[in-house]
Amino acid sequence: MIKSERVVKGILFLSSLLIILITAGMMLSLMNGSIPVFKEFGLRFIISSQWNPTEGREEYGAMAFIVGTLLTSLIAIVLCFPLAFSSSLFIGEYFQGTRIAKIMGTLVDMLAGIPSIVYGLWGFYVLRPLIVDLGLNGQGFGVFTAGVVLAIMIIPYATSISTEIIKMVPGELKEAAYSLGATRRDVILRVLIPNARSGIFTSFVLAFGRALGETMAVTMLIGNANIIPDSLFGPGNTMASVIANQFGEAEGLKLSALISIGLLLFVITGIINGIGKLIIKRFNS
Amino acid sequence: MSELIKHISDPVLELRELSVSYNKENTAVTRVSAGIKRNRVTAIMGPSGCGKSTLLRAINRMHDLYPNVETTGDVFLNGEDTSEMSTIMLRRKIGMVFQRPNPFPTMSIHDNVIAGYKLNGIRLQKSEKNDIVEKSLRDVALWEEVKDSLTKKGTFLSGGQQQRLCIARALAFKPDVILLDEPTSALDPVATKKVEELLIDLKKHYTIVMVTHNMAQAARISDFSMFMYLGELIEYGKTKDMFIKPVDKRTEEYLTGKFS
Amino acid sequence: MSEAPGNSGDRTLRKRMRKNRIFAGGVIFFSLLTISPILLIVYKLVAKGYRQINFDFFTKNAPDTYEAMLAVGAGEIIPGGILNGIAGSLYMVFIASLIAIPVGLLIGIFLYDQQSKRYAGIVRDITDILQGVPSIVLGLIAYFWVVKNITNGFSALAGSTALAIMMMPLIIRSTEETLKMIPETIREAGFALGVPYHKIILRVLIPSGFSGLLTGILLAISRIIGETAPLMLTALGSMEVNFQIDKPTSAIPLLIWEFYNDPNMVDLIWSSSLLLMMMVLLLNLLSRQIISRRS
Repeated sequence: MIKSERVVKGILFLSSLLIILITAGMMLSLMNGSIPVFKEFGLRFIISSQWNPTEGREEYGAMAFIVGTLLTSLIAIVLCFPLAFSSSLFIGEYFQGTRIAKIMGTLVDMLAGIPSIVYGLWGFYVLRPLIVDLGLNGQGFGVFTAGVVLAIMIIPYATSISTEIIKMVPGELKEAAYSLGATRRDVILRVLIPNARSGIFTSFVLAFGRALGETMAVTMLIGNANIIPDSLFGPGNTMASVIANQFGEAEGLKLSALISIGLLLFVITGIINGIGKLIIKRFNS
Repeated sequence: MSELIKHISDPVLELRELSVSYNKENTAVTRVSAGIKRNRVTAIMGPSGCGKSTLLRAINRMHDLYPNVETTGDVFLNGEDTSEMSTIMLRRKIGMVFQRPNPFPTMSIHDNVIAGYKLNGIRLQKSEKNDIVEKSLRDVALWEEVKDSLTKKGTFLSGGQQQRLCIARALAFKPDVILLDEPTSALDPVATKKVEELLIDLKKHYTIVMVTHNMAQAARISDFSMFMYLGELIEYGKTKDMFIKPVDKRTEEYLTGKFS
Repeated sequence: MSEAPGNSGDRTLRKRMRKNRIFAGGVIFFSLLTISPILLIVYKLVAKGYRQINFDFFTKNAPDTYEAMLAVGAGEIIPGGILNGIAGSLYMVFIASLIAIPVGLLIGIFLYDQQSKRYAGIVRDITDILQGVPSIVLGLIAYFWVVKNITNGFSALAGSTALAIMMMPLIIRSTEETLKMIPETIREAGFALGVPYHKIILRVLIPSGFSGLLTGILLAISRIIGETAPLMLTALGSMEVNFQIDKPTSAIPLLIWEFYNDPNMVDLIWSSSLLLMMMVLLLNLLSRQIISRRS
């Protein structure tokens, strides 16, 4: 008996090592692939916004894409906030427990199921003409367009956690507020939100983390320009989209540059998600 | 029973044919009529499930928050029909204290006392606020204990103190009536005693209606008692009279512990 | 009323009620706005895509650009189908599952078994980190590990590897959560009968949690089936159906990308996207069914 149990525990332990190996291996591979470019440009790579692949005068820098990533993700969070927050109030407070809330919840979840490329297509064929008509960008591409689609894509992530947090606010607290003559709006703004504050904040941090790494939809809408976007509606590239766009025949130093950007992306998303998880842990204790 | 409405002089509250039902089928309270005398303590007692909490909550229209609950009948406050008032105004005139102390955890003690004003968006001068806070806390005998920790959050207080804080919160609006739903069932005996003494003291200025599952408590502090059973008001009278000589057999059985 | 201060006038009351109504209205408005994209997207896919869906759609490979151009010029439906994509997707999902499911289950069981131990906490954190890695970075990794070092070229294996790494954290998490929900008494009953541990896992825990485990797997599959970015760097694509693991292969999302980039084939994107969405939806619905059946 004891022996078989030890064997089982052994197998389980070994399997747990696998995931550590994979993750560590990933970091190592990324770092390995980044060496050439860091050897060539040093830390300047991170702050430089040059991107020049012509032979003999190659110079690469990640800043244009870091900015592009942050801009699109910020636009996404800002636009997504009213929608996601309203949805979580809808499901978790106003219509909580009813059939409508369930249907609404299902529909919002469906947003998460739509593949990124389909969002890209929709953005290209539906959103882009709109942007052109509004005169915001000649061809409809740009940071803003990508940001809008990104906002829709991250709504389900922000909503699901927020809804759970809102539902967890004790009913007696709300009743106490009502018994003092508060309206529903008063209860939401002055009792519900203060009690759910960190949870709601975390859900948006995690949604932000999700937005950072999104590739296809952004690639198809951001305009593929390897520069720091000159305006909110101008074209650019994100860390994810430049890898997708330029990987094609990349080799040598250019390939190394793309890998370094991959490394940066890995690190940044890791940090943001880590912060989010930390806040949740604090919140629960 | 309805004689008692006529016989209650100076009723601050009048309940007329009050009924409450859930999901259209389950009637929790059936046609209760009673007058509540001003500046007295009226206890509502009965076995669990008899509808006493449901009745209490119908008075300040808490059931309006739940769409599947239907209330019929009337409640008159100082002669005014409460169904014609906005629930906001009604709930400022009738305060409520709940079974488990529920101070707002994100607010300081000071802010908890004037929470009613804050939630209603009523702006007060700092001095006005401080006056109300001090007066309410003094009224519940909590002032000396917390006057140096007003800015701290209320969660460090003991259960009894928290409940008195909640009473202070309800008092801050100087309501006509205070409804209490088993206010001491979550408290230890010492804290319970303090709250009971407080309620006897408060009736000088307020009218107290209290649901209790503890008949000894009703005997201790109430002037009038209602006995409810299966949603109906079985008997209602002066506490002393009811306990010594109950009129209805069911009341007698309850008081002698045949069922609880 | 009582002597309480504060504006209790009728006007402020009405103002507050109005603010209350406006707020509620805003919540409802934005909520409806939130779900409108799904409805719009699905509508568009169906409206534009249903025409291209016929028997050939499922049985023929993608046409080449010349054939497509002729058909479009003549105003006809583009011939061919997306068989190579369907086959490739199913093939790579299958291989990825072969890798990810056993590993994911084992690690999930490990975490369940070791619940609050420190090492398990670390493993859990690392799983979460892995879950947050953007899919394109996984594509880069698979490119290095497989394309460069194992298959010397783009291949189905590389694609499957990237997909497998994506699936693992999802399966690990759902396995642990499912097992945690099994009442402790069932496990104890097994021990009390002197059943060896591996048998408890195989004969008691896994069967009890079967529906939850299955759901986790189905959801993980629905997640990867629509992925494009990692496949661009690993499987590359192919004109033919290909079941050779060391050669490039197609996938539905890859085909969509190819069609999108080719002006002649653009009309095919709608039907392919529609199929992809239907597959994702089906998997999700299936999971929900399993959950509700069980409970």
